[in-house]
Amino acid sequence: MTAVELAGITKRFPGVVANHDIHLTVRKGTVHALVGENGAGKSTLMKILYGMQKPDEGTIAIDGEQVAFSSPADAIARGIGMVHQHFMLADNLTVLENVVLGSEKLYGIGARARRKIQEISDRYGLGVRPDVLVEELGVAARQRVEILKVLYRGATTLILDEPTAVLVPQEVDALFENLRGLKSEGLSVIFISHKLGEVLSVADEITVIRRGTTVGTAVPAETTPRQLAEMMVGSELPTPETAESTVTDRPVVTVDKLRLAAPGGKALLDDITFTIHEGEVLGIAGVEGNGQTELVDALIGLRHADSGTIRFLGEDITALPTRKRREQGIGYIPEDRHRHGLLLEAPLWENRILGHVTERPNAKGVWLDPKAAQEDTRRIVTTYDVRTPGIDVTAASLSGGNQQKLIVGREMSHGPRFLIAAHPTRGVDVGAQAAIWDHIREARREGLAVLLISADLDELIGLSDTLRVIYDGKLVADADPATITPEQLGTAMTGAASGHLEHEEIPETSAGPSRSSESPEDEAR
Amino acid sequence: MKKFDRERVLLAVAGPVIALAVAFVLSAIVLIASGKNPVEPFALMFEQATFSDIQVLIINQASMYYIAALAVAIGFRMNLFNIGVDGQYQLAAMAAAIVGAHAALPAVLQIPLLLLTAVLTGAFWSGIAGVLKVTRGVSEVVATIMLNAIATSVIGYLWLPTVFGVKVGNNNTTGEMHESGWVPGIDMGEAGEIYGLVILAVLLGIGYWVVLNRTRFGFDLRASGASESAAAASGVSPKRMVLTAMLLSGAIAGLAGLPILLGDTHTYSLNFPTGIGFLGIGIALLGRNSPVGIAFAALLWAWLDKASPELDFHGYDKEIAVIMQGLIVLSVVVSYEAVREWGLRRQQRRVGAELAAGHVLGGAVAGAANTTTKEVAGR
Repeated sequence: MTAVELAGITKRFPGVVANHDIHLTVRKGTVHALVGENGAGKSTLMKILYGMQKPDEGTIAIDGEQVAFSSPADAIARGIGMVHQHFMLADNLTVLENVVLGSEKLYGIGARARRKIQEISDRYGLGVRPDVLVEELGVAARQRVEILKVLYRGATTLILDEPTAVLVPQEVDALFENLRGLKSEGLSVIFISHKLGEVLSVADEITVIRRGTTVGTAVPAETTPRQLAEMMVGSELPTPETAESTVTDRPVVTVDKLRLAAPGGKALLDDITFTIHEGEVLGIAGVEGNGQTELVDALIGLRHADSGTIRFLGEDITALPTRKRREQGIGYIPEDRHRHGLLLEAPLWENRILGHVTERPNAKGVWLDPKAAQEDTRRIVTTYDVRTPGIDVTAASLSGGNQQKLIVGREMSHGPRFLIAAHPTRGVDVGAQAAIWDHIREARREGLAVLLISADLDELIGLSDTLRVIYDGKLVADADPATITPEQLGTAMTGAASGHLEHEEIPETSAGPSRSSESPEDEAR
Repeated sequence: MKKFDRERVLLAVAGPVIALAVAFVLSAIVLIASGKNPVEPFALMFEQATFSDIQVLIINQASMYYIAALAVAIGFRMNLFNIGVDGQYQLAAMAAAIVGAHAALPAVLQIPLLLLTAVLTGAFWSGIAGVLKVTRGVSEVVATIMLNAIATSVIGYLWLPTVFGVKVGNNNTTGEMHESGWVPGIDMGEAGEIYGLVILAVLLGIGYWVVLNRTRFGFDLRASGASESAAAASGVSPKRMVLTAMLLSGAIAGLAGLPILLGDTHTYSLNFPTGIGFLGIGIALLGRNSPVGIAFAALLWAWLDKASPELDFHGYDKEIAVIMQGLIVLSVVVSYEAVREWGLRRQQRRVGAELAAGHVLGGAVAGAANTTTKEVAGR
């Protein structure tokens, strides 16, 4: 039985990548994964299926019957439900209120609705309590509320857009358990992701989309992550692993007992102490919202510490403003490139100036040097493979990966001694990801100190020389990236473990630790 | 690259053209609704523009509009709304008039002294709003509106005969300025004189462009206006930038009344033109904060002002010009936003299409090298 069948879908505009002759068949009672690079056209396709956009060509069939959606309401009426990557919940309302909001006609807003929610929750093992305020829920619980919301509206096909991006490994496992529950009840799930390991473990069938068109389908049992990735990019798969250590004993950045409090007095950062040496990548693992943003802000100078010191190349920079810090050689790849890294409506070459307006080649004295800046922008575009027809187009017209490559190129062009890289490859396709990793590795070999913050644990473990875990504003644990597993790191990220994280398979009494950093293979056995 | 440049020109022109067309049509509808001929008033006004004495009047008026609009535009470029230009230029003109009446230096010193007085007074008055915003978070919109009212009262106070006022008949004045502070006009024969300080307006326009587009400070200011968060991350101190922009805006505003003060009236009296600061807001909007655009907008506004009195002699109400000014501002706001969004989307689409066709600047795609050289040569 076919739940959803998309045939020959073509969408010319709008968007950077249009869909072209897409075929997707989702069988009833299966989890169907849709994988592809960022910007490959997954979102456009899902918007078409969810009625947010109309295809120029092609047909959509639900349960074998051809349909045409003109709005999400039509799609919902045909049993299509979407769980967005960014949750659409009102924090100050209860779960019950959030679920009935907009669907008051279905089961009312009182006892009947509560019974229905309870029933759905029990049936699929979602464990949702109807009367809790959403603001009291964690990320994983909120996601289950979103799923329940969709089921409450009678969805038989669920679209999950990058559902694991915000979860730690244990939560991902729980989510997959839920998905299996849905599937066994005869529902279908379309699972969008670019984490291949997850896709292989949860999907029954996989459709790969590349450059706006479907390039093939695969069955997990017969596919390896590598094959899948090569299908996705049409080339070799990059790995984040760094070859040999380049860490030196020359400190670049020394942070001592840094404390930053919210206006109410609650500590956002407390007793943060670390040193990053030349050629060292310090990775910070943590669930989002545990102080990473504040730490980055304090280091770049957007917020000033309440106490504690930051030393850069031996000099106390705690009180220096952002511009001085940047001039002295601190590079910054911001977490939110649209808010902090780009002027979206300005041309690329002006974006190349942003953050380095006082430095060459952008300025001579107090004067701007547009010619030199434009020339250098062309160099960055070429060297860092920014895909653009020219340097006069606005930053907004580039895809996310290309915007990020421009930012990386810009920051690397001023010979930084210390790079703050917050989620450097977030929302970036596999090709660009590999390029960005290469640039970080290369700079690290030349003595760059890097603070790496990432939600992608593989990236974090692969690139870092040292790992610290941040939880509730404190650095609670440290780990050796050569031996740690994503699962152990995930445990520490939830605050369940602290101190030095050791690989569990090493007996406490053995003399193992002395060799641990040199021979990870031995221990893995 | 040419393609995108032409695109930019098209976008820059489309907004004002659409706005003006809509405003003309709506004004015509107003005329029809009041049972008048919808075409003749415009024909009359266009005819006025061909007379050289009216042209002189238009240029003189436009110079003041232009300076006031530049002051507003500086604020707009970084998302600050300085509604206080009106109070700033009036107070500054009065201060210059008072200094001009009491100081008697040779012209080479006297004129710069008067300009400086106006600049400092304007900057001081807007600076109050700037300081309030930076230290107490008071919206500059509210603060400058209040300061306009206060300025009116201060002017009333300074006009008292016991302070600096000189009564001439029923009129309050600040006394006649010393002749060394008069700026000679450019003699146009029968048509009259163009204020000497029209040149100052032109210089300010050039300075505005140079500072915004060719200096580090200008880049920081524009970045702050485009994205406050991105500017802060790039190293701009948001508070300092707010204060600087506010001071700069007030300083320019202070000069807005000087062309007529130093070129014609030589005293600050009840007859001194008011409301130029408010008109400057509409003119800055229509001119899209660009020095050339504002020049056209200022001339348009001055034309509506100076050509409309003729309508009274032909049975039309000259207020049709005021209605038109209002309609232009309304249509400008709507059409600019529409054109901006359309332009952004259009460019995204074109970039998508160009990339799909393999036109990548120096990219990994085979044959890209050709495109690159062409593009560099094309500039």
